Amino acid sequence: MSWAEKVLKVDRRWIFLAIGIAVTIPFFLPLGLPVITTPPVQSLYDAVDELEPNAAPLLLSIDYAPATLPELEPMSMAILRHCFEKDVDVVVMTLHPAGYGLAERAVLNAAEEYDVTYGEDFAFLGFQPGVSAVILGMGINIRNVFPEDAYGTPLDELPLMQGVRNYDDIPLVISLAGWSAAEAWVYFAYQPYRQTVGAGVTAVMATDFYPYLNAGQLVGLLGGMRGAAEYEGLVQHPDQGTRGMDSQSVIHLLIIVLIAIGNTAYFMARRAKAPSGGGVS
Amino acid sequence: MMRRQIPLALCFIFGVFMTIQYFIPHHSVADMQERILMWLQTLLAFAFLLGTVSLIKLHYHKIRNRADDRAYSFVALAGLLTMIGLGFFHPSHNLPGSPFSQMFLNVQVPIEATMFSLLAFYIASAAFRAFRARTLEATLLLVAASIVMLGRVPIGDLIHEGLPQATRWILEVPNLASKRGVMIGVGLGMMSTALKIILGIERAWMGGGD
Repeated sequence: MSWAEKVLKVDRRWIFLAIGIAVTIPFFLPLGLPVITTPPVQSLYDAVDELEPNAAPLLLSIDYAPATLPELEPMSMAILRHCFEKDVDVVVMTLHPAGYGLAERAVLNAAEEYDVTYGEDFAFLGFQPGVSAVILGMGINIRNVFPEDAYGTPLDELPLMQGVRNYDDIPLVISLAGWSAAEAWVYFAYQPYRQTVGAGVTAVMATDFYPYLNAGQLVGLLGGMRGAAEYEGLVQHPDQGTRGMDSQSVIHLLIIVLIAIGNTAYFMARRAKAPSGGGVS
Repeated sequence: MMRRQIPLALCFIFGVFMTIQYFIPHHSVADMQERILMWLQTLLAFAFLLGTVSLIKLHYHKIRNRADDRAYSFVALAGLLTMIGLGFFHPSHNLPGSPFSQMFLNVQVPIEATMFSLLAFYIASAAFRAFRARTLEATLLLVAASIVMLGRVPIGDLIHEGLPQATRWILEVPNLASKRGVMIGVGLGMMSTALKIILGIERAWMGGGD
């Protein structure tokens, strides 16, 4: 058996082992690679940064499930820290049933780091079923959709929500989603109500959102862990996203090396098998 | 006969109303839209109930019929009933740190995150075995994928300063153009399907193979 054939028949468990090592080592030996900010992330950061402190709240829709948590939770933490740092009020909600616990965890963890008060500086509305109905309904009256917050307090009793009736009173909505929820915010909040919308999505989904970004339907976009790391850099609070970048760099490089080795071995094996004088078909 | 005509009539009336209400800026129409959206939310909440009942029935039948994999059905039902119990009946069910919340954060979150993270291993293995530059199209895909993979991570910036720029060009020009074309096609398809449903031409949603 030639070298190329041996490579092509390598036990895939060796590849799994290589990936495991490549993911793990950078967490213990950080490379500290610099993360350069890209325009879509800068735009979203600027949109949050321009919000008035202690005025109309930002609506953060944490629409992800545990499967996409590693990519999207760093985004929610970075955005929440940015808001709390600047005294921008935040209303958090979710359109995903599994997002309830994750949204609550993110907002409470971020709030612990700052001198902020529930009901005055931030609120958690919880989950309501029916993506399009929820988004459209909030454009008419938020209280029709969320009469109470997640803990049963009527919205009128939360100082933060007084004077907040619909999207006219919300300067910016950001959806962090590992599914089509972020698109739904474009369809049902931007399009009928001209609500300013930003999004944070997984890396594989990010390519789908460039048309919205290009058309101005999204004010900014965070794509995958890289997007989170860029935002963390802008708020000068490196955390999970920045740490994950080293692993992701090594993994991407390793996958490209594996593809190159696989292709080299494939063509060498094919050439060896080709009949002499016949060339490669 | 009525079993089919009433749903078709309701679908037509509400479909037409929700379409034309965008073009009628009158408060009575806005009030009706508000009411319909609230009904819609109530209906959608019932979908969760339907899903739960269906799940219980499926696993109950597997256990009753002594299916080979009934052990998984026991686990699924035990998990479902435990979470329903903690969610509905525990006094602090909706507070942070409640047993419901703890179960979710310490059982479901690691399980789902672990399942999804396994994808990285399979993608790497599949890329090694199947991602071959056999044709011009496959070669273009391979080259574009390699550039984007490197251009989206900080190590790409260090390898060559042109990689992030090339990545941006790929995402903002060919990717955007193809995505926009696909989206316009999908949008037109959605509109025609919606029209067929509203007008009662497409009736598969009613079931019964009609």
